[in-house]
Amino acid sequence: MKDFILPDDRDMGTPASRSKTMVTLEIDGFPVTVPEGTSIMRAAAEAGISVPKLCATDSVDAFGSCRLCLVEIEGRNGTPASCTTPVAPGLKVHTQTGKLKQLRRGVMELYISDHPLDCLTCAANGDCELQDMAGAVGLRDVRYEAVDTHFQPRDAAGGANPQWLPKDESNPYFTYDPSKCIVCSRCVRACEEIQGTFALTISGRGFDSRVHAGLADDSFLTSDCVSCGACVQACPTATLTEKSVIEIGTPERSVITTCAYCGVGCQFKAELRGDELVRMVPWKHGKANRGHSCVKGRFAWGYATHRDRILSPMIRDRIDEPWREVSWEEAMTFAADRMRAIQDRHGRQSIGVITSSRCTNEETYLVQKLARAVFRNNNTDTCARVCHSPTGYGLGQTYGTSAGTQDFDSVEQCDVAVVIGANPHSGHPVFASRLKKRLRQGAKLILIDPRRTEMHDGPHFRAAHHLALKPGTNVAVVSALAHVIVTEKLYDEAFIRSRCDWDEFQDYAEFIADPRHSPEAVEPLTGVPAGEMRAAARLYAGAGNGAIYYGLGVTEHSQGSTTVIGIANLAMLTGNIGRPGVGVNPLRGQNNVQGSCDMGSFPHELPGYRHVKNPEVRAIYERVWGVEIDPEPGLRIPNMLDAAVEGSFKGLYCQGEDILQSDPDTQHVAAALAAMDCVIVHDLFLNETANYAHVFFPGSSFLEKDGTFTNAERRINPVRRVMAPKQGLADWEVTQMFANTMLKAAGAPEWHYAHPSEIMDEIAATTPSFAGVSFDRLDRLGSIQWPCNDAAPEGTPMMHVEGFVRGRGRFIRTEYVATDERSGPRYPLLLTTGRILSQYNVGAQTRRTANVAWHAEDVLEIHPHDAETRGIRDGDWVRLASRSGETTLRAEITDKVSPGVVYTTFHHPETQANVITTDYSDWATNCPEYKVTAVQVAPSNGPSDWQKSYQEQADLARRILPAAE
Amino acid sequence: MTTSGGDKIIRMANQIATFMASRSGGGAEAAEGLAAHINDFWEPRMRRQLFELIDAEAAGFEPLVREAAPHIRRPAETA
Repeated sequence: MKDFILPDDRDMGTPASRSKTMVTLEIDGFPVTVPEGTSIMRAAAEAGISVPKLCATDSVDAFGSCRLCLVEIEGRNGTPASCTTPVAPGLKVHTQTGKLKQLRRGVMELYISDHPLDCLTCAANGDCELQDMAGAVGLRDVRYEAVDTHFQPRDAAGGANPQWLPKDESNPYFTYDPSKCIVCSRCVRACEEIQGTFALTISGRGFDSRVHAGLADDSFLTSDCVSCGACVQACPTATLTEKSVIEIGTPERSVITTCAYCGVGCQFKAELRGDELVRMVPWKHGKANRGHSCVKGRFAWGYATHRDRILSPMIRDRIDEPWREVSWEEAMTFAADRMRAIQDRHGRQSIGVITSSRCTNEETYLVQKLARAVFRNNNTDTCARVCHSPTGYGLGQTYGTSAGTQDFDSVEQCDVAVVIGANPHSGHPVFASRLKKRLRQGAKLILIDPRRTEMHDGPHFRAAHHLALKPGTNVAVVSALAHVIVTEKLYDEAFIRSRCDWDEFQDYAEFIADPRHSPEAVEPLTGVPAGEMRAAARLYAGAGNGAIYYGLGVTEHSQGSTTVIGIANLAMLTGNIGRPGVGVNPLRGQNNVQGSCDMGSFPHELPGYRHVKNPEVRAIYERVWGVEIDPEPGLRIPNMLDAAVEGSFKGLYCQGEDILQSDPDTQHVAAALAAMDCVIVHDLFLNETANYAHVFFPGSSFLEKDGTFTNAERRINPVRRVMAPKQGLADWEVTQMFANTMLKAAGAPEWHYAHPSEIMDEIAATTPSFAGVSFDRLDRLGSIQWPCNDAAPEGTPMMHVEGFVRGRGRFIRTEYVATDERSGPRYPLLLTTGRILSQYNVGAQTRRTANVAWHAEDVLEIHPHDAETRGIRDGDWVRLASRSGETTLRAEITDKVSPGVVYTTFHHPETQANVITTDYSDWATNCPEYKVTAVQVAPSNGPSDWQKSYQEQADLARRILPAAE
Repeated sequence: MTTSGGDKIIRMANQIATFMASRSGGGAEAAEGLAAHINDFWEPRMRRQLFELIDAEAAGFEPLVREAAPHIRRPAETA
């Protein structure tokens, strides 16, 4: 960390120009060459000259309001603002003349005359651009008397000053202090241009101009503000300030690292004082986020130091006993003895692991290695099983690689975005902001989702087509789109002939052209009007760059893999592969889902997606690991649970995943866990799964370790330790200690990794697509998109450029098969599930932050028609039941869902939406069918019997004995 | 409510059969595709259960599953 040098972090004043045409001019006598369209301010900054400024910052377009950045240009009249004046060839610019000095001082004098001079006690002291500019322009005197001000609560006569407004402290994470505002509009512009929410505005005119959130009687919390922090980041004064800075003070050091929430993989500057984290600031050179953030990554990191964190290893003989805190050594010996005993009694295949999609690549690699090299079986899986495993299968079959095709920058060049079964507004907010920015510039959006999500419409954008399909009919919709493209001859024949297998295309074309796939034929199934479907297909096929972004609404179905194949077919048909602005882009749920898949977490494949049946692949690892590898595929998570219930699977090491809450059919998961003899949970908190555990290894947060996460763009992002692990060990050290305890008992050679960089070196040495990756190279380049090897030493931003990874793109038939899960008289409604912006996954992290201000409980969205026929009013408790189980929660009546469809989130264990979901799964991968469950809804008085007994069991299971002296 | 082990195996095999049949329009290719998929993704315990059901002539299998059975790798007796 200490030897890591921060790249150039200066504010260049205005955004960079993309022009390829270069212009040379002279600034203060120095020649400068910059792209056409660059501002004089930025050109000066390139030459190392900082022109004084207040309203300009390089994250938003120039505005030209503060009048501080004035310059003189030879041969031109007046003193233009350097932020809004573009460069031109041969200009001679002067940034510091007698006239300019005088003008700037005059401007600053006016600003300062209406500003409280409480700098010493101000939260921005030392981090205030107004203070800096007063110094920069040599302000020594303020001649104006402060009579009418915005900062004095009382006027000279002692009466109330109507211009003074109290601080707005409603947002849990930052404050708005109007008395310190200089009305530079940077916050308003950040909210519009970067985030796209348009929650802020300048109300009033002239002296009455004020920054305002929402409508007249709104506060920041009640307004549309999504708390992304862009305004706080943009504010040059203490007007918008993080509460953590107010409480702690300004940070003194910073470390670049990667957010541990969603699959966007934003890079952040963790700013600290000592080992206390002061704030997380989005890193402007982060290639996924380009300086933007959301409420989770920016603010919701308090869970890392939450009092619920368990800091001592714990064990117990039986799950109805309280936990006993023990030393690491005792916990390791206890766990290793139990696992060995199980294998001795029930066979080598009777135990397994679940790797975490939240931990680092290095940690994940070690956990799957634990299964393969220490347990000596392939019983390893990861939570990608329950989210994006169909992506791996579908894209692997059609294109030859299990990953998205583009980088996020690509969205800036798309003309039509198709968003299928994803709600980036909530699940991938920083990507959503980038997409919305493109939509405001005129790109079109096709939304395919049963719900009218936040992506349907918003400030200055609206989906051109919303195909509000019935849950479970994805394949019918995707096939109907392909039917239109094929029968109306909208396909790109040149692309197909040169890049795909022509015979397979012809077979596919014949299949898909059948009238049973036409929009008219499937309309009764899908509920999508045929005309709308045809128009959407024509738009996607005919408008330049078409990019598909999809999420778990595609994969988490009985036909999840078939839909992924259908999506891949659509992109091949229209030639939307292999250039910027197009592609097939799975939006990964968790921070390291991509990485955990890459690292060989799946039971059938070793790192780099190579099947365990291949002897040449096994040989690579057998040589490095010194053990023989089982050639048979291991159990997937649902198979492990089934085997546990049947009695042949008895021990599980589960790292950083809460399967009891996140996996479907909770009662089945609970029965499986209860049937095991040794469940080891390795986590920050006593999560729901830990209620059934015998061993608890305390985990370390992403702030406490080194490693890498791989995001949805295949981007390997460095994670850097910013503070010491609170429980003493990084997670990879715990896994290594556990492996070594087992190896020692067996008399086998132990592992000796001293740093995660050594684990990455082993990954690079054994996995062709990671061959060029090392911590040194990551430090140098900032991040790397795999494949990274001799052919692409700096990584691969875009896949399938010259040809598909598998050679020729392969069209595969996609027949729609109705799921067995369908509504009937007992369960007449279809439940589908999703996420909300402020919460993340099972909520273990976000529920332990102030984000609960936005979403304190899961609610059931129900259409007014369905609510009325059941006598349900908004806010009522309702009972939600399926053939799997029942729970209760509050109803929210909304027409965001269609009649016949209800929706909820799964962030809160008290609701436990997964007690409702069933054991149906994707045909190819066993990815559970979370997105379709037949349910009934009825008024209720309170918690279900299941909820009460669950809570009793949880309370009992969470007891911890006081530590022995 | 959870489907019992045997029923689940039958349902999962049938799901794969449905896809393989539609992919290639039935025939030998479909049976081989089904067998290859099960060989690649089903752990021996699951294949053992499958064969127990097939050998016992359990009802409910798609014909393609039975057709594919000779191509499916029989797991070794004990792990």
